[in-house]
Amino acid sequence: MLHETVPHQSIHQQLAAASSGGAGAHGATAGSHGGGNSGPTFKDGDVVDHAANGFNPTEILRDFDYGKARRLPGGRMLREYELIAEDKEIEVAPGVMYPAWTYNGRVPGPTLRATEGDLMRVRFINGSEHPHTIHFHGFHPPEMDGIPEVGGGIIEPGKSFTYEFEAEPVGLHLYHCHTGPLAEHIARGLYGTFICDPKPGRPEADEMVMVMNGFNTNFDFEGNQVYAINTVAFHHVNEPIEVKRGELVRIYLVNALEFDPINSFHIHGNFFDYYPTGTKLEPRDFTDTVMLAQAERGICELRFKFPGEVMFHAHKTEFAELGWMGFFEVA
Amino acid sequence: MEAESVSRRQSASGSGALARLPVWALGLVPLVLIAAALIALLTVGGDTLGERVGPPVEELAVEQTVLRPGEIELTVRNVGPDPVDVEQVFVNDTYVEFSEGTEEVGRLGDQALTLDYPWQEGSPLLVTMLTATGATIEHEIDVAVATPEADGGFYGLMALLGTYVGVIPVALGMLFLPFLGRVREQWVRVFMAATIGLLGFLAVDAYLEGTEIGTESTGAFGGVALLFIGAALAYLGLVALDRYLRARRERAETAGAGAFQLSLLVAIGIGLHNLGEGLAIGSAYAIGELALGAFLVFGFALHNTTEGLAIVAPLAAHRRPSLLRLAALGLIAGAPAILGAFIGASVYNPEIATFLIGLGIGAIVQVIVQLVPAIRDRAGRALYPASVGGIIAGVAILYVTGLLISV
Repeated sequence: MLHETVPHQSIHQQLAAASSGGAGAHGATAGSHGGGNSGPTFKDGDVVDHAANGFNPTEILRDFDYGKARRLPGGRMLREYELIAEDKEIEVAPGVMYPAWTYNGRVPGPTLRATEGDLMRVRFINGSEHPHTIHFHGFHPPEMDGIPEVGGGIIEPGKSFTYEFEAEPVGLHLYHCHTGPLAEHIARGLYGTFICDPKPGRPEADEMVMVMNGFNTNFDFEGNQVYAINTVAFHHVNEPIEVKRGELVRIYLVNALEFDPINSFHIHGNFFDYYPTGTKLEPRDFTDTVMLAQAERGICELRFKFPGEVMFHAHKTEFAELGWMGFFEVA
Repeated sequence: MEAESVSRRQSASGSGALARLPVWALGLVPLVLIAAALIALLTVGGDTLGERVGPPVEELAVEQTVLRPGEIELTVRNVGPDPVDVEQVFVNDTYVEFSEGTEEVGRLGDQALTLDYPWQEGSPLLVTMLTATGATIEHEIDVAVATPEADGGFYGLMALLGTYVGVIPVALGMLFLPFLGRVREQWVRVFMAATIGLLGFLAVDAYLEGTEIGTESTGAFGGVALLFIGAALAYLGLVALDRYLRARRERAETAGAGAFQLSLLVAIGIGLHNLGEGLAIGSAYAIGELALGAFLVFGFALHNTTEGLAIVAPLAAHRRPSLLRLAALGLIAGAPAILGAFIGASVYNPEIATFLIGLGIGAIVQVIVQLVPAIRDRAGRALYPASVGGIIAGVAILYVTGLLISV
């Protein structure tokens, strides 16, 4: 009805004028979202230098590390991974550098993936100037826990250690450094996703990993200045995630945020089956919003109903407007 | 002994050579040497001390905030030792589009940041500037109110305000002149003592306000020190003016001119004080904190009427000055309130305000010093029951009328 009485074009012009705050020249950048009433944006719609960072969130999204796999006598699968701690300055918002501590030069670290019952052998080399560990969520004996003074304990710079355990239980887990001070070692970027697939496998799907994280760039330990999934704020505003309408999409959602007690995930115009921690094969919920505490995670499965741009973001909206938002491009 | 006399002769001839040099050359040589040494320190001296330890110190102070619909403009000054590069800005936890004058601000440099943000009237705003190193610099706007446009209507309003609180009350106070002319001499001295009390109150009040504003300021240009610099400048300037006028008067030998001169100095002192008062009113108006209304105008009028009384008190025992001269005195004392309101509402800056308030303090102190001889009794005492009563009355009047106004 509105379209019949008011020329569509003129509404858009009014919106554009309003969003630029009357300043004209520096309003919403052509071709990108945000600015003024149109929502948050970085200055001039700038983006970070992914090449200099050494990783691109679009690639991290669907990058799974199955390790170097070989069958052991007796038929059991052995998967060997290598994680190297490395200190690295990364650009977390256009022009804003953050002295990160990383696994394999990227934040989040590699998504380690195995099937239940596989033997996992994770060789950790500490190439950082600081002592670190890897602590996995999942079943393992205490000496493989990756905490100070137990088992391998703290791994000093230049030293290495191999964590070995059987992949279990089925589900979506995470790993992170457990050296003190704990919040700082995690917040600096030492975390990643660990997926333990059920033996029969899950239904075929377009799978992706979203690690919800943030950066406390001023190191005041009070909240974060930048929020994102897979490190780069507003990344999927500029580069929407391409998915197909009607196809099963599986999102491995992990909350690695420090300094804020909760995080959340919300998707527009669609609902998803939610499997908390992915440990059971029946969904607990059919919803469009979930809330996760620190280290909480869950699997979201959905089929997009309509083509076009579909927004998703933290429904803790301060986080959304400080970078944790993006779009799916449904074809 | 002989060797000693020889050396003495040599040194004598040496100083003789210096004595032959023109004086300007003797002054120039150390100047050149000092300049050379400073340049050497500047270019190579720093390197000898090595790199500073620790991350860069990034400090920005917001000097001016202008709010327009959908837009916030901040003028920031780098008050730290290192350059600052603002890369991103968020307002109330939302990243915003913005434009900036320069990419990086050097030490003591300034730049304007224009933020694109649909702020709401009456809400507080927290602007966070995120620098290239991830440091955050916050600026709080207590209550968002559109900054008045500096157009004709605005200046008209400021002029009206200045007239209400400055010119009219002072002129009203001066109406006491005929009364003062008829009362007995000892009563005139009491009124003069009351004037000292009034001025003393204003000086202390201005000092308290000046230190408050100076402490709020960035400190890049001196902060509270500007209060003292302003006070010293005004005090010394008025002393010099007084000496100059006195020398002229002695030549002209005009009867009654001494009293007029004292009135003039009181008027200048009060004028500088009213400049500060106008400043406070104008700046409060600009950030929407001034409740314009009858009560404010009434309070100021009552308060400042006493200032008019102070101006005419020295004229009491002397020949009545011309109406023109009285009008001039009134304008000198009252009109700066208008100028102050303009400055306060348009180019307000805490450091300028601190300096101007300092000027007012110095002027008032100088006027008090000038007035003391006028209250001495026949025994030559400045403090005796009547004068003390006058001083206390002066302080009390301003204290009580001051309760009516708050800016």
